Amino acid sequence: MSDWPLLTLITFLPAAGALLILAARASARGANGGFDRGVRLMALIVTLLTLGLNILALTHFSFADAGFQLVERAPWALGVEYHLGVDGLGMALMVLTTALMPLCILASWTIEKQVASYMVLFLLLETLMLGVFCALDLALFYVFFEGGLIPMFILIGVWGGQRRVYAAFKFFLYTLLGSILMLVAIIVMAREAGTTSIPALMEFEFGRQMQIWLWLAFLASFAVKLPMWPVHTWLPDAHVEAPTAGSVVLAAILLKMGGYGFLRFSLPMFPDASSLFTPMMFTLSVIAIIYTSLVAWRQTDMKKLIAYSSVAHMGFVTLGIFSGTEQGVQGAIFQMLSHGIISGALFLCVGVVYDRMHTREIAAYGGLVHRMPVYAAVFMLFSLGNVGLPGLSGFPGEILSLVGAFQANAWFAAAATVGVILAPVYGLSLYRRVVFGKLENPQLAAITDMNTREWIMFAPLVIGILALGLAPSLALDFTRASAQSIVAAYQAALGAAP
Amino acid sequence: MIETFIVLAPLIAAAIAGLGQRFLGDKLAMALTTGVLGLCCALSLYTFAAFTWGDAPERVTELFRFIDVAGFTSTWSVRIDSLSVVMLVVVTVVSFLVHVYSIGYMADDPHRARFFSYLSFFTFAMLALVTANDFLQMFFGWEGVGVASYLLIGFWYQNKAPNDAAIKAFVVNRVGDFGFALGIMACFFAYGSIRFDEVFAQAAAHPQLMIGVGDISFRAVEVVSGLLFIGAMGKSAQFFLHTWLPDAMEGPTPVSALIHAATMVTAGVFMVCRCASLYELAPYAAGFVTIIGATTAIFAATVGLAQNDIKRVVAYSTCSQLGYMFFAAGVGAYNVAMFHLFTHAFFKALLFLGAGSVIHGLHHEQDMRRMGGVRGPMTITWAMMLIGTLALIGFGVPGFFGLAGFYSKDAAIEAAFAGIEAGRIGAQWAFWAGVGAALLTSFYSWRLLFMTFEGTYRGAAHGHGEHHGHGETHSAHHQQSGAAPAHESPMVMLAPLFVLAFGAVFAGWFFAPYFVGEHAGAFWRETLHVSHGHHEFPDWVIWAPLAVTGAGFVFAVFFYLLNQGLGARIAAAGGPVHAFLYNKWFFDEIYDFIFVKGGRALGNFLWRWGDQRTIDGLGPDGVSASTRFASRQMRRAQTGFVYHYSFIMLIAAVAFGAFAIWAGAQPANGAAP
Repeated sequence: MSDWPLLTLITFLPAAGALLILAARASARGANGGFDRGVRLMALIVTLLTLGLNILALTHFSFADAGFQLVERAPWALGVEYHLGVDGLGMALMVLTTALMPLCILASWTIEKQVASYMVLFLLLETLMLGVFCALDLALFYVFFEGGLIPMFILIGVWGGQRRVYAAFKFFLYTLLGSILMLVAIIVMAREAGTTSIPALMEFEFGRQMQIWLWLAFLASFAVKLPMWPVHTWLPDAHVEAPTAGSVVLAAILLKMGGYGFLRFSLPMFPDASSLFTPMMFTLSVIAIIYTSLVAWRQTDMKKLIAYSSVAHMGFVTLGIFSGTEQGVQGAIFQMLSHGIISGALFLCVGVVYDRMHTREIAAYGGLVHRMPVYAAVFMLFSLGNVGLPGLSGFPGEILSLVGAFQANAWFAAAATVGVILAPVYGLSLYRRVVFGKLENPQLAAITDMNTREWIMFAPLVIGILALGLAPSLALDFTRASAQSIVAAYQAALGAAP
Repeated sequence: MIETFIVLAPLIAAAIAGLGQRFLGDKLAMALTTGVLGLCCALSLYTFAAFTWGDAPERVTELFRFIDVAGFTSTWSVRIDSLSVVMLVVVTVVSFLVHVYSIGYMADDPHRARFFSYLSFFTFAMLALVTANDFLQMFFGWEGVGVASYLLIGFWYQNKAPNDAAIKAFVVNRVGDFGFALGIMACFFAYGSIRFDEVFAQAAAHPQLMIGVGDISFRAVEVVSGLLFIGAMGKSAQFFLHTWLPDAMEGPTPVSALIHAATMVTAGVFMVCRCASLYELAPYAAGFVTIIGATTAIFAATVGLAQNDIKRVVAYSTCSQLGYMFFAAGVGAYNVAMFHLFTHAFFKALLFLGAGSVIHGLHHEQDMRRMGGVRGPMTITWAMMLIGTLALIGFGVPGFFGLAGFYSKDAAIEAAFAGIEAGRIGAQWAFWAGVGAALLTSFYSWRLLFMTFEGTYRGAAHGHGEHHGHGETHSAHHQQSGAAPAHESPMVMLAPLFVLAFGAVFAGWFFAPYFVGEHAGAFWRETLHVSHGHHEFPDWVIWAPLAVTGAGFVFAVFFYLLNQGLGARIAAAGGPVHAFLYNKWFFDEIYDFIFVKGGRALGNFLWRWGDQRTIDGLGPDGVSASTRFASRQMRRAQTGFVYHYSFIMLIAAVAFGAFAIWAGAQPANGAAP
C-alpha cells in the first residue's frame, strides 16, 4: 500500500467528488430537495474519505525524517514536473485542511441556493488547497496557489452577503496583485536556476541582489494572503460577506498559505534577503498585532471583529518565522494550526447565531446565555482560546513565537507582547456583548440552543483546542524535524554569507 | 501520588459538576465538589505534617511533557517542597471552608452547580500554580486562576457591573502578565532554561551576566526579577495595578474570601518567594519590590479609611496587607512574607466570610451607612468579626501571646527595620510605611466593626423585605429596639467561620517558631534562605506597632462610637482630602481617561482613518470606480462572473505558456551572475 500515490489520491479525491456531483446533476435535471440532500451527504462523505486517506498517509509518514516523504515524481509538460511530497510542515497543514473540510460541509447544511454548485466549488477548493501544501514544483505550486483564488472568489461573490461583489473584487484585486509579482519571480527563478523543483531550489544559492528582488516579489503574494498590515483590508470585507463555511476556510486554511510560503520559500531560498528584511518584518508584525487589535475592539460586526483579530494573530506567525530560531518557527507553525482551529470555531460560532437571526451586528445580541447555555460554554472556550489562555491551543504558538523573537530582538518581542494585553480587550468584550447581559432584543426570546448537527461540528474543534493546549507536544513533535532543518539551513546560510 | 491526586481531583470534580449539571442536579454537584475538596484538604494537611514533622523528602512528580522546543522545556509536574506544602494547606483549607460556606450563602441561586464547578476549577489552577516546577506551568496556573476569577467575578452575568469588573480584572491582570511573559522570555534568553532549579543554579553561577540589545544592556538577573515582579503586581493588586481588586467585589462574597483575599492574590508573593534566589542577587529589583509593597501598604490603607462598602473596605485592607508581604520579601525576609501570607489567609477569609454573613443577614445590603445595630441579631457573626479584626490589627502582648497578625505583621515591620541596617533599598520607607499603615489598619478595621454592628440601624425599614416572606415580621420586631432587621446565618455558614477564627487566634502563636523562629531553618530546608543572624530590636521598634494600633482604636472609638455620625458629617462636608481618599486617589478616572477612552479613540482613528481612508483609499478603492462599474455590468449579465474569471485564467495561461516555451528554449543556466 505504501507504493500507492497517496498524496495524489488525497489531493484529487475531492475534485473527483466534485466531478461526480456535476455528473449527477447533469443526469438529474429538475433538481429537487432530495437531490440537494444527496449532494450534501455526498460532499460530506467525500471530505471524510479524504480525511481517512490523509490519516492513512500519516501512518506511512516518519516524524523523525526532515526530508520530503511520500514523494511522487513524473515528467509533465514543458519542462515542468508533476512532483508531490510532504515534510512535517506540509503534512500538518494537510491534516488541518482535511480535518476542517467535513466541518465546513456540515456548516454549509443550511445553504439552500444552488447547493450542487456550492459543493462542487468547495470540493475543488479543497483539492487546490491540499495541492499547495504538497506541491514540490514551483509551477505546480503556483497553479494550486492561485487556483484556490477562483472558487473562493465565486463562493463569496455568489453565496455572500449584501456587499458580496465589492468584497469579492477587493479580495481578487489584492491577491491578483500579489500573484502577478510571484509569477514573474517564478519565471526568473526558473531561468536562473534552470529548474522549478522546490527541493533543488532550496539547495540553489541565488545571488544577494537577486534574492532581494525575488524575496520582495514573493512577499507581495504571501503578505496579502496572510495577511500582513497594511495589505490586510480585504480580509474583513471578505469575511463579512462570505458564507460561514467560506469564512472558516478563509481564516483557517487560506491564510496559512502565506505563512507556509514564507517557510517554504523565503527562508530557505532567500536567506540573505530574509535576514536583511527581518527588521521590516518585525516592525510590520508588531504593527499588525497592536494596530489590528485596537481596530478589532471598535468593530460592531462580529465577523469583522474576528477577522481583525486574525490579522493580529498572524502577526505572531511572521514574528516567529523571521526570528530564525527553532522556538520561533515551531511557534509560528503551531500558531497557524491553532488559529485554524480557533478562528474556524469562532466563525462557526457566528454562523450558529447568524443562521437563527440573520444578522452579524453585535448590538442585536446580548444575553444569549439565558437561552443558549451550551452555545455560551462553547463560545467561551474558543474566546478564551483566542485570548491565548495557557491550557488552550492559542497559547503555545504565541509564547514560542515571542520567545523566538526575544532572542532575535528583545524590544520587538516586548512590543509584540502588548498584544497579550489587547487580546482580552476585544475578545472578552465581544463575548460579553453577545452572550452576557440581559436578554433585551425580543426577537431573541425564542432562539434555540445548538442542535445535533452543530454539536457534531464543534466536538472535534473542542477536542482539538484542548488536546493541543494541554499537550502541544503532539503537534510540536510532528513538525520538529522540518522546523529544525529550516532553521539549521537558514542559520548555516547566514553563517556562510560574508 | 497523593499530591498528584490533590492537584487533579478538584479539576475532575469541576469538570463533572460543570458538564454534568443537568444530570447531577445542584445538590449532587455541590456534594461532589465539596466532598472532593474536603478529601484534598485532609490529604494536604497530611502531606504538610509528613513534610514538617516527618522526614518526607522534597520531590517532583513529573506527569507528561507540556512544551519542549530546543531547551524551552516545561513538564506538567507536582513539586513538593516547604513552600508548596504551605500553599497546599492554605489553598485547600480555605477552599474547602469556602465550599461549605457557599452551600449556605448560595442556597437561593439557580446556578449553584456552575458556581461550585468554577470554585473547584479555581482550586485546581491555584494548586497547579503552587506545585509548578517551571515558569511555564506556573504561568498556566497564573492565567488559570485569572480566568476562574474572571468567571466568578462575572458570575451574575445579567448585570452590568459584574461584567465590567470581570473584564477589568482580566485585562489589568494581563498587564501584569505582560511582565511575567517577558520575564519568562528574558529568563530563557539569559539562562537557557525555564525550570526553577536550573534557572536558579545558572543565575547563581553567572551573577554578573548581562543581556541586552545593541549597546543597551542590563544585568540579566535584575531584568528577569523585575519583569517577573510586574506579573506579581498585577496578580497581587499592587500599586498602579491594584484597580481591579476593589471592583472584583462584584463577585459573590465567598469568591472574594477565597480568591481575592486568601489565595489567588497571594500568588504574587508566592512567586517572589519561589524566586528568592533570584531576588537575592538583584538588589535593585528587590528594592523595587520593597518600595511598591510599602507604598501599597500605606496607599490602600488610606483609601480604606473612606470607603462605605463593607466588602471594599476589606478589599483595600487585603491590598494593604499584601503590601506588607511584599516589602518583607523585598528586604529579604521571605519566610516572614510567607508567614504573613499564611496567617493572613485565615483572618482575611474570616473577615470576608463574616462580612458575607452580614450581607446575607441583611438581604444583600453592602453599604455600611445603611447598617448599624447588627450585633444584637447577629452576635455570633459579630464575635467572629471581632476575632478577625483583632487578628488583622495584630493584637497581642510581646513575649506572651498574640493573635495571628501580631506575629506575622510585627515580624514584617521588624524585618524592614533590620533591612535598614543591612542597607536594603527602600527598607527605610518600608519600615515607616509599615508602622503608619498599622495605625490606619486599626482605624479602618474598628470603623468597619463599629459602623456595622454598633449604634442603631440606619437602613430602610422595609427595604430588605420585599422578596422575603419573613421580612415584615423581622423589621416590625426590630424597629422598636433600634437593632437591625437581620437574622443570624445558618450553621453551614457559621461553622467555617469557627474554623477560621480558630486559625486566626492560634495559627500565629503555634507556627511562629516554624516559619520565623527557632525551627525555621529545618522547616524551610533548602527552599528559602533564612537569615540566622539573630536580631535584637530596640524596644521602641517592638512596641511601636502595638502603640499605633492602640491609637487607631482610640480614634475609631472617638469618631464612630462616642460621636456617632461625626464620620458621616466629615464625609458630607466634602473636604478635598476626603474626596481624594473616597475616590481612591482618582486612579480609576485617570486610567479610564488614558487607557480606555484613549484606546477607544485610537482604535476608531486607526480603523476609520488608517484602514478605511488611507489604506483602502489609496489601494483598492482607488480602483473602485472601475470595480463598481464592472460589478454593475455583472449584475446586469448573470454570467458575468464566468467571463471574468475565465478571462483572468486566459491571461494566466498565456503568461504561463510563454514562460514555459521561453524557459524550455533557453538552456538551463545555473551559473550565478
